Amino acid sequence: MAADSKASANPHPRPLSPHLQVYRPQITSVLSITHRATGVALAVGTLMLTCWLVAAAAGEAAFNSVNSFLGSTLGRLLLLGWSVALFYHLANGIRHLFWDAGLGFELKAAERSGWFVIAFTAVATLLAWSIGLAVAGGN
Amino acid sequence: MAGQDKSLRSSLGRVRGLGSAKDGTSHWWAQRTTAIALVPLAVWFVVGAIAHAGAPLAEVKGWLGHPVTAVLMLALVVAMFQHARLGLQVVVEDYVHCEALKIASVLAINGAALLFGGFAVFSILKLAFGG
Repeated sequence: MAADSKASANPHPRPLSPHLQVYRPQITSVLSITHRATGVALAVGTLMLTCWLVAAAAGEAAFNSVNSFLGSTLGRLLLLGWSVALFYHLANGIRHLFWDAGLGFELKAAERSGWFVIAFTAVATLLAWSIGLAVAGGN
Repeated sequence: MAGQDKSLRSSLGRVRGLGSAKDGTSHWWAQRTTAIALVPLAVWFVVGAIAHAGAPLAEVKGWLGHPVTAVLMLALVVAMFQHARLGLQVVVEDYVHCEALKIASVLAINGAALLFGGFAVFSILKLAFGG
């Protein structure tokens, strides 16, 4: 556009955004878009939490039907997805808060904290589900 | 950061410091303050939810009906819907380029957050006051 013809005359050439399809995925960029995707998924999950609260307040019949949905294969898959999303968004959100404070910006540090977020998500999900299934089995 | 000569903003725009959205950094700050609040609240809720996995209603009511649980649940729900609303707004503003659709989407997100937040808050209060 008009900016192209003026580019050479511009004393301060600004960097151009790389096109997404030709940009090699890196852990920092992949985790960044995953933070967004998990955030959107969790926003949908707030509706499930609301359903559960409304059902608990409504009474036995409503609560049992929500509970049996959550205990079904589809319900468990959704809960698994939301728990992964929550642990990821929680850990990566803390990583973002450190960045907001100006800490951990070095490439090495950002990559290391990224791998830590992935490891935390895996461990927390496994732990939550092994305890949760044991508790549910006892109920 | 960038030197003053590189800035695209006018002198008046810079001294007002409110940016193109006209609300300065308030959106950014609200996103962060709710994020900080949600760190302990989300961990607390996950632990509580796991402890009551598959529990019958009477037991769940005993937990949710407790005053401390009710207040923490209210804090969680308010911070959660506020955080979700602000986050979804940024996603829409980044990816929806049709102005009318963008405004409609942000309005719908805010309306849904208000309504579902209302349902959640009402249910928590009903459980707390022996519904």
